[in-house]
Amino acid sequence: MCLPLIKKLQNTTNKLWPAAAILVLLALWQTASGTGMVSKFLLPSPVDVVKAFVNDFSLLMTNARVTIIESFIGLLMGVVIGFFMAVLMDHFDKMYKAFYPLIVLTQTVPTVAIAPLLVLWFGYEMLPKVILIIIVTFFPITVSLLDGFRSADKDTISLMRSMGASKLQIFRYVKFPGSLGQFFASLRISASYAVVGAVISEWLGGFEGLGVYMIRVKKGFAFDKMFAVIFMISAISLLLMWAVNFLQKKCMPWESRE
Amino acid sequence: MSDLTVTDVTLAYENTNIIEDINIELHDNELVCLLGASGGGKTTLFNVISGLKKPDQGKVMLNGRDITGRPGHISYMLQKDLLLPYRTIEDNVALPLLIKGENKKTARQKAGALFQEFGLEGTQEKYPKQLSGGMRQRAALLRTYMFSEDVALLDEPFSALDTLTKSDMHRWYLDVMDKIHLSTLFITHDIDEAILLSDRIYLLTGRPGRITEEIVIREPKPRRKDFNLTEEFLEYKKDILKKL
Repeated sequence: MCLPLIKKLQNTTNKLWPAAAILVLLALWQTASGTGMVSKFLLPSPVDVVKAFVNDFSLLMTNARVTIIESFIGLLMGVVIGFFMAVLMDHFDKMYKAFYPLIVLTQTVPTVAIAPLLVLWFGYEMLPKVILIIIVTFFPITVSLLDGFRSADKDTISLMRSMGASKLQIFRYVKFPGSLGQFFASLRISASYAVVGAVISEWLGGFEGLGVYMIRVKKGFAFDKMFAVIFMISAISLLLMWAVNFLQKKCMPWESRE
Repeated sequence: MSDLTVTDVTLAYENTNIIEDINIELHDNELVCLLGASGGGKTTLFNVISGLKKPDQGKVMLNGRDITGRPGHISYMLQKDLLLPYRTIEDNVALPLLIKGENKKTARQKAGALFQEFGLEGTQEKYPKQLSGGMRQRAALLRTYMFSEDVALLDEPFSALDTLTKSDMHRWYLDVMDKIHLSTLFITHDIDEAILLSDRIYLLTGRPGRITEEIVIREPKPRRKDFNLTEEFLEYKKDILKKL
């Protein structure tokens, strides 16, 4: 009866520590900037940042909307492509041999370097941003899923075969569900990459989005607004993480059973 | 009706025979043990019988049909329960039926109907990690039974359990076998277990593994509760120890 209550209490105390740490940091920041120890122009105080956030709220939201849509479409397509790459490479060993090094190679190309090229090729609209996000997000998904598929228990697969299971059935009942944990771990990484990728590609060319807005306020030396954008971006990343966690709990109910 | 016949099976690995000229007969509703030391080729033989490995020589026949090297006819159960952690017990047990192409609802119904008989009532909705080792083995046996209602191969199914759970499982197993109709080939390295459970025992010895002896246990079934404490039991044990 009172066990859930104790657990809840424990959860609250566990959350107390990070909250306290954040509060202390904010207080330090406020004193440093508020008392003039650091120039207010270079480091606006938290209160200033909040003010800027409130004043610019509608502008932030319009730009955030664009960034969120780009991140979401890019991530979704990255996941789909990553999934199919992993399935193909798991199924056809030749595909694995041919494409795995190539995929690793795509990750050695710096994002900031190809973003302007993508803008040149695909224009200033959403397309180059989405392509960049796909490039950065599919990789963790492919690698982790492939690893999951390949590390499926050999004995379980033998057992399935002895029952006459087809390759597709082995995939459906053993390999795929067995890789879900790894999939969600990589989805968390990809989700944060997606937001960062969107902002970076907006820096390098575009009409709207948080990255574009960020460049604009930087050029106006409005550092308080700059911080407001940074917090907005963090908030979006956190929201995506939370969504991934929620999805994981829904998709893997066996994990939470004791 | 279910008759399994293994004729002259030989299988080599890297030019060395692992098993040689194996002949086994399993009649309807019989429980036959394959007794031998670990690493003596018992598991290899099971892989041949289940069709996962093709023997270099010999044939495996089920009810007059040649099933050599063709999986999907005889399933087995291992020491590891191999229940899928992300499926409920009910869905784990129903899996063989899904593989055969039945729909989820009928598969669950058919599986659910046997939970009581296997002493698994109340575990349908649970996940494997919520069950004890003994209960998981029960579920694994039920899954094997769902796959094939005539022949089952059990590869040291109880050897990972502690002694008390094991003797519990033996009693449960004899009980279940009394209720259902299943011809079973059972691998073990535990002599007591072999005598306690089986109608006949094959001794698999040597390298390469050969069947060197066949022993018939003439104790009627269901077995007496204290069968493993009787003189006869001891006689069988002495006899087997001498021949091993």
